[in-house]
Amino acid sequence: MKYVLMYTSRPDLAEQTDPEAAQAIYKRVYEWFGENAGVMADSGAELLGVETATTVKHGSDGAVVVDGPFNEAKEVIGGFSVIDVADMDAAIAVVKSWPMLDLPGVAVEIRPMVEDYSQFE
Amino acid sequence: MPTTDDLLARTLREEAGPLVARLSRRFGDFDLAEEAVQGAVVEALTSWRRDGPPDRPGAWLQVAATRNAMDGMRHRDRQRALAARAGAAGGTYDPADGTDDRLALLFACCHPALAPDARLALTLRAVVGLTTPQIARAFLVHESTLAQRIVRAKRKIVSAGIALTVPPEADLTARLDDVLAVVYVMFNEGFVSSTGPTQDRDLAADAVWLAGVIATSLPQEAEAWGLAALLTIQHARSRARFADGDLVLLRDQDRSLWDHDAIAEGERLIERAATLRRPGRYQLQAAIAAVHATGASWAETDWLQISLLYEELARHDPSPVVRLNRIVAHAQVAGPGDALAWLETLAGPLADYHLFHATRAELLAALGRDDEAAAANRRALELTANDAERRLLATRLHRRPMSDGS
Repeated sequence: MKYVLMYTSRPDLAEQTDPEAAQAIYKRVYEWFGENAGVMADSGAELLGVETATTVKHGSDGAVVVDGPFNEAKEVIGGFSVIDVADMDAAIAVVKSWPMLDLPGVAVEIRPMVEDYSQFE
Repeated sequence: MPTTDDLLARTLREEAGPLVARLSRRFGDFDLAEEAVQGAVVEALTSWRRDGPPDRPGAWLQVAATRNAMDGMRHRDRQRALAARAGAAGGTYDPADGTDDRLALLFACCHPALAPDARLALTLRAVVGLTTPQIARAFLVHESTLAQRIVRAKRKIVSAGIALTVPPEADLTARLDDVLAVVYVMFNEGFVSSTGPTQDRDLAADAVWLAGVIATSLPQEAEAWGLAALLTIQHARSRARFADGDLVLLRDQDRSLWDHDAIAEGERLIERAATLRRPGRYQLQAAIAAVHATGASWAETDWLQISLLYEELARHDPSPVVRLNRIVAHAQVAGPGDALAWLETLAGPLADYHLFHATRAELLAALGRDDEAAAANRRALELTANDAERRLLATRLHRRPMSDGS
């Protein structure tokens, strides 16, 4: 099954992380992508900071363009991957080893991808 | 003498779980399989009550559930593809690997990716063979609310790819924790509601059975034996826990009504757990329950032993209830004055916890300080002023049997 992993963090908490410790974790992140290359499907992406986000949203007189992310949550999405594994337990096992989880405020959302479109037919 | 409902309950819980697992595999669809078995259980309740159970209840259920599943398939777009996968209708009744199937199903129903309140409901329906109305009555929730919760959880199992498998060795103990927690709550709910004649399923008995199934299926897991022991011993006291519909506290219970064979069985289960040399909170609670259950009377109970066991339990479970119970046991050994002095040291962190004040009231009353005791009792009630908290208190009060042995 294919799952999208959405990597989120809390910038307010990330600022407090000791730069040296953060550097060590980034190194492990690089290795983590190497170790998990086998389950990565399609291309994921690392995103530039949330301050670069632009949102286009519904407006009664047509779409409105605004500065900022789509919601005001403290968590921001820093990137995403698509993985292809046997089941939810396998997806959880991959995610649990995500090195950034050592940092406070970091979370990864797992969402199954729609693969069987017959349910919409 | 078992009633028809008892017999029904035992048959359903033996057959329902493995059947859900088998049909899930066969049709490749957990939701469909679970729905089909639920339908068969509802049919069985009507028909078996009317005509008595059939000669081969397992085969009867399988035929009914398979027919329901095939009907369900016909209503689905993917009918052809899945029907091909499932093979021909009918099939032979195979009760063989029921335990492994049931265990895999149980781990899926108690998966941490499911909402905690849905885990218990789904387990009761899919693994233990209860109907939605039976579960709704046991939990005092609306049937429609409960049904929605179950549907959402089942859909998630299917669409998020939660597998019906027993977790690998590395994850087993952690995942088992979630499973045991569900069985523990199941027992507590049953223990609370066991007064009413309105219940046609004894949830507590179902939980004792399920704990036994888990322990025998995973014999290397000490806490599984511990939970089986705990529930067996607590359930052994069930006949003495109510008189005329009122809860009877442990100290006042008629000990001749206790099932002493079951208590002895519980002690054997504790020993079985102990051979694995991995103590945990269920084993320690079971040991405490065993000391209570083998005391000749409240006064002759080995309070020193209980006090020491609570000390150990607090290391595994530092929850306020455990800390308070430890002090209650200490009061029996060292006297209420000493216990009160200890209790006061928790006044900071537990100031807003109603059971802190209830315990304090009890100790003050034992010291003859009645005015202060009354004030503490009022404080305990104040802290339960709103409805939600009253409900919580009701649960907690009923839970005290589990925690401090009433």
